[in-house]
Amino acid sequence: MFQFIKKWLLPLVLILVLAFVFAGCSTNSTPTATTPTTTTPTTTAPALSGSFKIIGSNTVTPLSSVWAENFMKANPKVGIAVSGPGSGVGIAALIDSTTDICQSSRLITQSEIDQAKAKGVNPYEIKVATDALSVVVNLANPVSELTIAQLSAIYTNKITNWKEIGGNDAPIVVISRDTNSGTHVFFKEHVVQMAGLPTADKTLEYGNKVLMLPSTEEGVSQAASNPNAIFYAGLGYVNDTVKTIAVKKTANDPAVKPSVTTALDGTYPISRPLLYYTNAAPTGIIKAYIDYCLSPEGQQVVLEAGFVPLAK
Amino acid sequence: MGERFIEGWIFLAGLLAIIVLLGIIFILLREGLPIFTHTPPWEFLFGTRWYPVSDPPTFGIAPFFVATLMITLISTIIAVPVGVACAAYLSEVAPPKVSETVKPVIEILAGIPSVMMGFIGLALLSPFVQSLFHLNTGLCGLTAAIMLSLMSLPIIVSVSEDALHAVPKEFKEASYALGATKWETIWHVCIPSALSGIAAAVMLGVGRAIGETMTVLMVAGGALAVPVSPTDPMTTMTSAIASGIGNAVRGGLQYQALFAIGLILFILTLAVNIIAERVLERQKRKFPR
Repeated sequence: MFQFIKKWLLPLVLILVLAFVFAGCSTNSTPTATTPTTTTPTTTAPALSGSFKIIGSNTVTPLSSVWAENFMKANPKVGIAVSGPGSGVGIAALIDSTTDICQSSRLITQSEIDQAKAKGVNPYEIKVATDALSVVVNLANPVSELTIAQLSAIYTNKITNWKEIGGNDAPIVVISRDTNSGTHVFFKEHVVQMAGLPTADKTLEYGNKVLMLPSTEEGVSQAASNPNAIFYAGLGYVNDTVKTIAVKKTANDPAVKPSVTTALDGTYPISRPLLYYTNAAPTGIIKAYIDYCLSPEGQQVVLEAGFVPLAK
Repeated sequence: MGERFIEGWIFLAGLLAIIVLLGIIFILLREGLPIFTHTPPWEFLFGTRWYPVSDPPTFGIAPFFVATLMITLISTIIAVPVGVACAAYLSEVAPPKVSETVKPVIEILAGIPSVMMGFIGLALLSPFVQSLFHLNTGLCGLTAAIMLSLMSLPIIVSVSEDALHAVPKEFKEASYALGATKWETIWHVCIPSALSGIAAAVMLGVGRAIGETMTVLMVAGGALAVPVSPTDPMTTMTSAIASGIGNAVRGGLQYQALFAIGLILFILTLAVNIIAERVLERQKRKFPR
C-alpha cells in the first residue's frame, strides 16, 4: 500500500495544487463580481449584478432553486447559490453571518433571535409561500386517514402496529427528518406535541425508535419502497410513488388530503408558512430577488413546484 | 544553500503537521469541555436521552457510544477473516502475476468515496438485509457494519500482506522440508510469525471503521434508542456529529456537546492508532528488512 502511495504521491500532489489554484481563482473572482461595473458606465437602466447565498430548509430548496434560476436568467450578472441542509442550519448561518438569506420552514425561536441580536444580526422575516405538510405512506398501505392524536402516538412510539389504526398486522416503521430540519421541528410542535389542540402536551418528544434520516428525498424513497413505513414531507416532495394520508384535526373533524386548495382555504390542519430571513430589511439585489419571488410570476413558480402560493 | 533550503522546508512541513494536530486538540478541548458544566461527564457518557433541540435540551450519548462499538465490532468480525485470508492467498498462494494485479485493485477499493459506499448500501444492500432477516427496515447497524467492513478490507489486506511477505523465506523452507503442506505452512508458520503485523492491520481497519461518517449516516437508520441488536436502526457518534453540527449555533450548548463527542471520538481513535503503531513497531523489529 505504501509503495503504491509513493508512486502516486507526486501526480496526486500536483493535481491537488492545481485544484487549489483553480478554487482560488474562482473565489477571487466573486468579490470582483460583487463590485458594481464602474468601468463600463451604462446610461440605460442599471443592470443588476452581484452574488448572494441562500442557505436553509431542505423543503424550500426546490422552490428557491427555480426562483434563483429564473432570476439569474433575467439578470445574467447575478449569481445565487442555494443549498438546503435544513432550516436550523440556515438560521445558524444567519446568526453567524455566513449567509445572506436564510430559507426556513419554521418560525425562528425567541432564543435564536436573542442569539442573533447578541451577534449584531436583526432577523427580518418574509413569508414567501405556504406548504401543506404531508404525511406519506407506501402505496400498498390500506390506511388512508389518521387523526393528529394518532400521528402523535405513532411518532412517540405509543402505537407500534398498523392494525391498531385499521391497517395490516405489521409493525410501523416510523421515519422522520433529523434535527437539522425545520420540518422536524414544525412536525414536533404541531403534530407530536399537538399544539393548538385540547390534548396538547409540550413534554412529548419523538420516540427513540424513530428513524432520523438526513434528507427528505431519502425518507420519501424509503416510504415508497417499505410497505410499513410512514414519513412526512413538504407537499413539493410528494410524488406518485407514495400515498398521502388524509389528516383529521380531531376524530370528529373531516379527513382532509393535503393539496393546494385545502391549504389555501385553511381546511388542511398542518399547513405552515415558508419563510425567508434576512439580516434587517433586504436592500439592493436581495430586495430585487425577493420582490420577484413575491410577484405574480414568482408565485406562479410556487404553484408549479408543488407548493401553495400566498393568499392574495 | 539549496540543500539547507530544502532541509528547512521539510522541517517546516513536519512542524506544520504537529501544529495542526495540537491546534485540533486545543479546539476540541476548548469547545467541548464547557458542556460538562451543563451536563456532568457521567450523565453525558451514560445518559440515554439525546434531545438537543428541545427545551431544556438533554445530552446523553450512550446510544451513540454503544452503536459505534457495535458497528465497529461487527465490521471487524466480518472484515478480519476475509482480509487475512485474502492476504494469505496473495502472499503465499497466488502466482506473482495475479498478486501483482490484484493488490493494486484492492487498494483502489480504499479510494471509493464513502458517499458512494453509502449510496450502494442504501440502494442494494439495505433491501437485501431487510428481506434476508425479515426486518422492518433495512436501514440498520448490520447494513452499516457490512458496508464498513468492505471499506476497511483494503487496509487489512494490504498491511497484512506486507507482514506476511516479510516472513523470512527460511521459515517456510524449513516448514516444507519437514513435510508440511502449503496450508499447514500458512496456518502454523506464516500467520503466527506475521501476527503482530496482522494485528496492526486489524487495528488500522478498526480505526477506519470508528471514524467513518457518511456511509453510516446514510444507512444506519438514525434511531436514538440504545441499540440492543445489530439489526436495530442506530446512530453512531460520527453521524450524530454530522447530523447535528449544521444547526448548532457557534458556542451554544448543542455545539459544545457535539465537540465533546468529537473529543471522545478523537481519544478513541488515538488509542487505536497508538496500539496499532506499537504493534507494527514490534513487527518491524522482529524481521528487519
